[in-house]
Amino acid sequence: MENKPVIVAFCCHYCAYAAADLAGTLRLQYPDTVRVLRLPCTGKIEVNYLLAAFERGVDGVIVAGCLEGGCHFQEGNLRARRRVERARQLLGEIGLEPERLEMFNLSSAEGTRFAEIVTEMTKRIEQLGPSPLRRTRDHVERSIAELSAQAEQAIAGERK
Amino acid sequence: MIVADRKSVPEIRDMIKKHNRVLLVGCGTCVTVCLAGGEREAGILGSALRMSLKLIGRGDVVVDECLIERQCEDAFIDILAPRVGEYDAICSLGCGAGVQALAERFPNTAVYPGLNTQFIGILESQGVWTEKCAGCGACRLGEFVGICPLTRCAKRLLNGPCGGSRDGQCEVREGLECGWQLIYDRAKALGVLDSLEAMAAPQDWSTSLDGGPRKVIREDQCIAGMGPKA
Repeated sequence: MENKPVIVAFCCHYCAYAAADLAGTLRLQYPDTVRVLRLPCTGKIEVNYLLAAFERGVDGVIVAGCLEGGCHFQEGNLRARRRVERARQLLGEIGLEPERLEMFNLSSAEGTRFAEIVTEMTKRIEQLGPSPLRRTRDHVERSIAELSAQAEQAIAGERK
Repeated sequence: MIVADRKSVPEIRDMIKKHNRVLLVGCGTCVTVCLAGGEREAGILGSALRMSLKLIGRGDVVVDECLIERQCEDAFIDILAPRVGEYDAICSLGCGAGVQALAERFPNTAVYPGLNTQFIGILESQGVWTEKCAGCGACRLGEFVGICPLTRCAKRLLNGPCGGSRDGQCEVREGLECGWQLIYDRAKALGVLDSLEAMAAPQDWSTSLDGGPRKVIREDQCIAGMGPKA
């Protein structure tokens, strides 16, 4: 249990978050390694959000946005992809495997694809092993709850 | 503005790893605009350094971040003074002037550069900055229709173009515009091509790279007793 990977998924409200919801509605089975954080758009992602997750000891990070050309905010997902690339380059400089971070694109109708993504990333992280920055599982879970609360506040800010 | 870019994480980590408490100081002016050393970049670098230090077994090193409005002026650096005593090193994310201003202000604290200061330039397009001024101390833009041959011509020719100019491109590097083609085109558009017929005199380099650090003094602005150092 302690060694099971912990993966944070930064999910766009308009696609991946709904796809995760659909995966649940469809009763699809996928690994319980993922913790979903909702963002108003993956364009909200900044490099420091991604590093914050790794610094808190998570083993892998998924950024899941709309299909290219289908962003609710025109090009938020395209910007996110470039920021993910930048963060991957930084992970390499830090000494962590860049493969621990990946961006995916899917639509809100792709509950099955969401389950596949989580399964694929879980396998990849299991092969890489736990993050060398890993702390106790409790600590990681608490940190993710904090990050999640911050993400929700960001969404609340968008609605004001 | 002054344009800079970040040193690599391992290079900065190796500079600071012998210290126990390090303060990363961002700067709110030029390097914020060129996305190298502002508040967000200080946060990103802080996070990266803490992880990198932990991976080499120095997870005990405390790395904190802060931002000051302008590192190249004492009045703005003062805000740091109460905090600096808590740290044994500062890593500045300012330009070279900022790093040295912090080192002068805090003589008992080690100060390291987090950036490589590149040039005086402008934002060409989102995420792209280009050098425009060599800071030569004897501006001759008036002679060259507002385009600096010392900066824009790869060979710094004052009487160009040379034979390496082809279709507006410089032979020195692919994708590099010929500075003299730019000067010619602009002079033509302004109807002042004849101004380029005169031979340009050699540059007076005594105002640059000569005689140590340069100083600009406005005596009418100096305060008695706080005047310039000899």
